[in-house]
Amino acid sequence: MNQQLAPAVVCRGLRKVYDGRHGLFRKPSPSVVAVDGLDLVIERGECFGLLGPNGSGKTTTVEMLEGLLAPTTGEIQLLGLQWATAEQALRERVGVALQETHLPEKLMVEELLTLFRSFYRTPRPMADLLADVELEEKRRAWVGKLSGGQRQRLAIACALVGEPEVLFLDEPTTGLDPQSRRQVWGLVAGYRARGGTVVLTTHYMEEAERLCDRVAIVDHGKLVRVGSPSELIAALPGDHVIELELEKNTKNTASALTADELGQVRFVKEAHLSAEGVWSLAVREPEHAVAAVLALLESKGCALGRLGTRKASLEDVFVALTGRHLRDG
Amino acid sequence: MAEPSKRPNPVIQLTLMRLREIGREPGVLFWAFGFPVLLSIALGIAFRVRGPEPTVVGALPGITADLKQILVDAKLQVKPLDPASAETELRAGRVNLLLVPPQTPGQPITYRFDPSRAEARQARSMVNQILQRAAGQMEPRLVRDEEVREPGARYIDFLIPGLLAMNLMSGSMWGVAWVIVHMRVRKLLKRLLAAPMRRRDLMFSMGLARMVLIPMEVAFIVIFARLFFSVQVAGSYLALFTMAFAGSACFAAIAILVASRAQNTETVSGLMNLVMLPMFIASGVFFSASNFPDSIQPVIRLLPLTAMCDGMRAVMIDGAGFVGILWPLAILALWGVPAFLVGLRYFRWN
Repeated sequence: MNQQLAPAVVCRGLRKVYDGRHGLFRKPSPSVVAVDGLDLVIERGECFGLLGPNGSGKTTTVEMLEGLLAPTTGEIQLLGLQWATAEQALRERVGVALQETHLPEKLMVEELLTLFRSFYRTPRPMADLLADVELEEKRRAWVGKLSGGQRQRLAIACALVGEPEVLFLDEPTTGLDPQSRRQVWGLVAGYRARGGTVVLTTHYMEEAERLCDRVAIVDHGKLVRVGSPSELIAALPGDHVIELELEKNTKNTASALTADELGQVRFVKEAHLSAEGVWSLAVREPEHAVAAVLALLESKGCALGRLGTRKASLEDVFVALTGRHLRDG
Repeated sequence: MAEPSKRPNPVIQLTLMRLREIGREPGVLFWAFGFPVLLSIALGIAFRVRGPEPTVVGALPGITADLKQILVDAKLQVKPLDPASAETELRAGRVNLLLVPPQTPGQPITYRFDPSRAEARQARSMVNQILQRAAGQMEPRLVRDEEVREPGARYIDFLIPGLLAMNLMSGSMWGVAWVIVHMRVRKLLKRLLAAPMRRRDLMFSMGLARMVLIPMEVAFIVIFARLFFSVQVAGSYLALFTMAFAGSACFAAIAILVASRAQNTETVSGLMNLVMLPMFIASGVFFSASNFPDSIQPVIRLLPLTAMCDGMRAVMIDGAGFVGILWPLAILALWGVPAFLVGLRYFRWN
């Protein structure tokens, strides 16, 4: 394939099995299939998200794509090149921010960036890097003194030193406050505006909907669905969700209403009762659906506790595809 | 976008990272510099050169003041005792000899002592010599005494080269093995590999950081020992530093082997102790290794720390030149080269 036209990332039949451990001093453990036959094509200039709960194999997948972990089987091409034969060339062209790196705490921000600049043939100027991640004022601060958000931006700055063509971000905003999260999103947007390709993992819906052109929903090491967030949501039976809860003193909340009864209601496509006793109804035309649902409650003599409507999200896509919530892990 | 600016040198930057981490961590400085000094002060004081124990002579009532004065003038301690307590004191060894006056004038004085005690026999001979000489005995043969307290023959002279060797060993083990595993635990090793860093640059920078620190560590202890204990370096400083660098390189190589697979700092600490502790004991840092039984001497002589102690002592005490340290250097190479190759072969980068 022509390298100039090759997609940013191609992987076929990607599989990673961690062998069970047996030994004198180790507890025996069974083999674990972390990634189970993944096929992906990520185009240049695209922001691609791997979406899934903890333990779904996202990190294992990106670390294989990053060339840091050898796949058990399967094939990976980045920018038309393979890690086995072109590692040094690829390292110059690919930026990586690991899920968790404890950068040296006793170094100053600019000392650390200088270290990373020393690895690349044509590093970006220090001033540009600092400006990108809004750390100009912290250039002489010790890494250990930075806040969580600043540290994460610094980690991304380290990944941007070589002006990579592909940028891998593994859970870039996990554990960050909303403002820091938005700063990271801005950073990703800025990099994409310069033409870069982004591959990120996340278990935040909002992040995936906001940043990603396409997302791959991953569960148990398998690809469940790929598409743009709007496509995936549009494919749901309902584009809105009604959440309703009966009054607490209602006896037998579970049996007062049944999924079948609710599913019969006009505009309601699907009904699902959570363990906490909250009904989620996938609906079309929510304004009509609400009226119809209320009519049903009245006819059954059920007292309403709480009712709300919202647009369907990737979370609902995930629940619909896997029967689990992302945060369930 | 601005023109990409000039690229810094990766080896220098990696070395600087290491040195900055050390320099900005006061605890590390203490273990590298303060601890060996405190250890040598403590041991130097505990084993400082002392005069022989004073000889104590018990004098029963009836020993004349003149006689006592003669003994006091000869720097002996004279302790007047009553007959009741005298026997107890003698048995307990608090006096080495009892002077018993004659029961009738003109009879001889009695020396009462326990001949099974060396210091008692010594006291008898000293007291007798002093008293006979005072009574006019002549010594027909002229002799002269010479007391050996020269620097070079004291315990501290033996100790300092051993401490130097031990300290360089610990420095290399901690400074390489622990640091590598700490970087691995923090995923820093993985992060560096995700950048186009050459692996050999990282290894080289570890060595370079040690090279910067070794002369400082050596100079610090040597200068301290000279100022406080007048410990001299009999041989050349060039040979001393050659020994220091060779020993450190050997232990850095062993450190790479020890750190090659360890996944957490507890494991690597345990492995380091496993390597170092037997050598602390067997290699003659604090006491001569020749005290161990002959049967295990060949093993002890082949240990790298023994080689380093021997080499350091050869240079500092015996004034050996390069020829004198060839054997220790050969042993260090024998350990270092295979350890380095095997360590690199099995090194776990992430």
